[in-house]
Amino acid sequence: MNVLEVSGLSKHFPIVAGILRREIGRVRAADDVNFVIEKGKTLALVGESGCGKTTVARCILRALRPTAGAIRFAPDDERMIDLAPLSRSALRPLRRHIQLIFQDPYASLNPRMMVGDIIAEPLVVTGVPGPEREARVRELLDLVGLPAVARLRFPHAFSGGQRQRIGIARALALNPRLIVADEPVSALDVSVQAQIINLLLDLQDRLGLSMLFVAHDLGVVRHVSDRVAVMYVGRIVEVAPTTELYATPLHPYTRALLAAVPKADPEARDAITAPRGEVADPANPPPGCAFNPRCPFVIDRCRQDRPELVEVAPGHLSACFRATELMA
Amino acid sequence: MSGSLTDDSLASAGQLRLTWLRFKRHKLAFVSLFIVILFYLVAIFADFLAINDPHAVDARRGYLPPQAVHFFDSDGFNPHVSGMKGQRDMKTFKQVYVPDPNKKLSVTLFARGYEYELFGLISTDRHLIGLAKPELLDGIYLLGTDALGRDLFSRVMVATRISLSIGLASVSLSLVLGILLGGISGLYGGLVDLFIQRVIEIIRSIPTIPLWMGLAAALPNTWSVIQVYFAITLIISLIGWTELARVVRGRFLALREEDFVIAAELVGASQFRIMLRHMLPSFTSHVIAAVSLALPAMIISETSLSFLGLGLRPPAISWGILLQDAQNVQVLAGAPWLLLAAVPVIVVILAFNFLGDGLRDAADPYG
Amino acid sequence: MADTMVETTRPIVSVRDLAVEFRQHTGIVRALEAVSLDLHPGRVLGVVGESGCGKSVTARAMLRILDRNGSITAGRVTLDPGTAAEQDLTALEPEGAQIRSVRGGRIGLIFQEPMAALSMQYTVGNQLMEAIRVHRDPGKAKARERAISLLNEVGIPRPETRIDAYPFQLSGGLRQRVGIALALAAEPDVLIADEPTTALDVTTQAQILALLRRLQRDKQIALMLITHDMGVIAQMADDVAVMYLGRIVEFAPVRELFKHPQHPYTRALLRSVPNLDATPRQRLATIGGAVPQPGSRPVGCPFHPRCPEAIPGRCDTMVPAPVPPGAAGASCFLVEDAAA
Repeated sequence: MNVLEVSGLSKHFPIVAGILRREIGRVRAADDVNFVIEKGKTLALVGESGCGKTTVARCILRALRPTAGAIRFAPDDERMIDLAPLSRSALRPLRRHIQLIFQDPYASLNPRMMVGDIIAEPLVVTGVPGPEREARVRELLDLVGLPAVARLRFPHAFSGGQRQRIGIARALALNPRLIVADEPVSALDVSVQAQIINLLLDLQDRLGLSMLFVAHDLGVVRHVSDRVAVMYVGRIVEVAPTTELYATPLHPYTRALLAAVPKADPEARDAITAPRGEVADPANPPPGCAFNPRCPFVIDRCRQDRPELVEVAPGHLSACFRATELMA
Repeated sequence: MSGSLTDDSLASAGQLRLTWLRFKRHKLAFVSLFIVILFYLVAIFADFLAINDPHAVDARRGYLPPQAVHFFDSDGFNPHVSGMKGQRDMKTFKQVYVPDPNKKLSVTLFARGYEYELFGLISTDRHLIGLAKPELLDGIYLLGTDALGRDLFSRVMVATRISLSIGLASVSLSLVLGILLGGISGLYGGLVDLFIQRVIEIIRSIPTIPLWMGLAAALPNTWSVIQVYFAITLIISLIGWTELARVVRGRFLALREEDFVIAAELVGASQFRIMLRHMLPSFTSHVIAAVSLALPAMIISETSLSFLGLGLRPPAISWGILLQDAQNVQVLAGAPWLLLAAVPVIVVILAFNFLGDGLRDAADPYG
Repeated sequence: MADTMVETTRPIVSVRDLAVEFRQHTGIVRALEAVSLDLHPGRVLGVVGESGCGKSVTARAMLRILDRNGSITAGRVTLDPGTAAEQDLTALEPEGAQIRSVRGGRIGLIFQEPMAALSMQYTVGNQLMEAIRVHRDPGKAKARERAISLLNEVGIPRPETRIDAYPFQLSGGLRQRVGIALALAAEPDVLIADEPTTALDVTTQAQILALLRRLQRDKQIALMLITHDMGVIAQMADDVAVMYLGRIVEFAPVRELFKHPQHPYTRALLRSVPNLDATPRQRLATIGGAVPQPGSRPVGCPFHPRCPEAIPGRCDTMVPAPVPPGAAGASCFLVEDAAA
């Protein structure tokens, strides 16, 4: 069963100029994005800056209103609600079911509130009575591995990793169905990063959470995700089960991303390669496949037609004309 | 994990306490805080600190120079001032008063003097210091007297009350206007923001002195001191709110994008709750700093208005009105002590500026 | 590249027993303690560690660009040690002409955020030409020619037109290339790169790393590469210094370090790196706790509160001897015991 079904999701930002704010162009931050997240599973959304992964995440959280498309979400096992057209007030009762873990553990906690109050805020908002709240806060702190005394402290007393735990406790307070984790470890030290990744995995196992994990490289994704969707310039270029994506990437961009991760192995030195050129400008993408100027496998067709995301192998989708050739 | 959790005192210190700790390191601002508090104490206990009735006119003791208080005489500790002796200046044939060293007037604490109402409630005639046995023309004139024989020290005390309270009242009014309009501007954005911002720019682009002159000239002569007082407050704050509105708007715009505000939105908190719980506490310190920087400007405004004769009018007493007497070079040559009324203005303005700087630095260590 | 240290090459920069302190309102914070390292021509020294380990402070202290509240309390930083031209950088005036001729002259610097090195008010060409002419003025026309060839060298397409661009008109990757060109302008013998790719995307990072590698090899530069990423270290470094809380806890040639890490911290750090060959949902190895905040430095070995192998009564009371300069080793009692 799916917790989230995103179909045809697009978000365009107008580029305006002059006093009359005339639209002179559009940034297609997300363009015809499709994916599903199954209950209890994690989908990783991977791409470099400007690829639109954050836009997609923000549309799902409805911090942004999509230009087109549907975001069907199951707040419980019976219902499936399209979030895309809902108004602010219609969204409010649904918000508790989708929660966000922020990238920056420093900015995401109100420095003027005690940790206990920060974690209890979702409970206050939803009208949980006081004594019950207190017990729940203790339970949540325990869940994320913080001592109960932490609730009487202010955020500035905690390290980045501890703050991220507090942020996770807040996100879990209302027993959400879906967690959107927006690069939750990229601001942390390596040793702390591992702790948080393990915590997320444990919590998912215990609580049956579904998760959208947004990341800018393929490093940590391997550990957390069941499926991976790779985005490039506003579009998903490849979706596959994690092991398969790493074993047989069927889009040249995925290959480039994998090759670009510096491997922690001095014996495999010259394995690190980089695609030429720069990420295309989403306000002015090249015609055809957006990756064609950087692609080592480019053919004439790539410069004219845009490849659709199609199933190349079972459960493995790629938006490349030469995907089947890459398989060999 | 326990490493940073053991540091108890700091860990459970709120943002306010941290701000206070940072503020305390700012020595000049810290001293200024006490000076400002001292001034407001003077404002509250002005009548108690005054020695003579600030309105009592007696031309015979006009332009008395400042008197010194002697603490000892041949009998040991016996605080006293010299009495005054009337005599005629044989060159100008003017009646002048000169100190009479043979006439000792004892000074005591908590002496009886003119009647006043402490805090506007308790009727009393006790003053901090005064003469033990007051006679008709005797008195303590620490800062001398003006042309009409009114005691400058007492007048400065009472003026402090008016000048500081008018500043406070104007700031409060500006604050209400500033938070309201700045808040609306920052929260709603769009056309409302555009409109309010343009209004602010227009107000700020009008030269203030002509604007004040125009507005003050419109005040009817028949108005009472109280009415004029409030009218002046209004005029000053009408200009003062723009700066505060900008501060508030800026903070609102910045805070709206903060992760922790977004987090509150995502759990379904209402706009009202977000404002009250997350946004307001985050900029109170900034507002306090802005206020402490706006206050001196307001005080200066009142002083300069009154000095130019556009603000409060006698019999009201304010720093500006006291300085009005010192406008004339001839008068100053004869009675330079009248200029002493400028000292509290300078001190309090400097203190407020240092205080505001300190508060701003403490509230926002990164800005 | 030889795997073990080449004893015959003389280091071009040698740092001995460097200590740095910062005055803060909470008291004095020791940021660096007994740091010794050598930079050799044609070799890459990787300096790796987590936040607060002192890797950036080391670089800043060497170049005398510490913040105002920081000061070098002990140690020497020698340029051209053992030659007639030898000079101790710690003895120079921090703003004086001598250190300025070293900084950006003999030693080039590459920042994490290229914007820090570039001014938005001047074109790329202006800034490059200025850097070229400050240290060895060949005249305006020649300087422009050289600037274009520098831009070409760092892989900027169409350098003849890009030279007149302002930094804000360039992408992050191109800006970092300009930053590198700027560092190379005075033909330095030593390059210090402080997290040069942290702010960049992975594919851009790969490009910049490849560029640094090529330049370093071609020009036989002594490169000190500061990073928090073990992957970058594995790909780039010849020798590695692992830092923790202001101390070098282990020093070794790169292959040796990855194959046989000595210090428990190095071992833990290597284990916690995300692995591209992991099975899905595989847990990562972790180090307990977090890096202590500066100012609350543990007594004894700085790593002992997080160390699974800490010896009670020893690691929490005494500080192990620092790694001897120029040789592989670890600052750890366990390693000392094993050697004895």
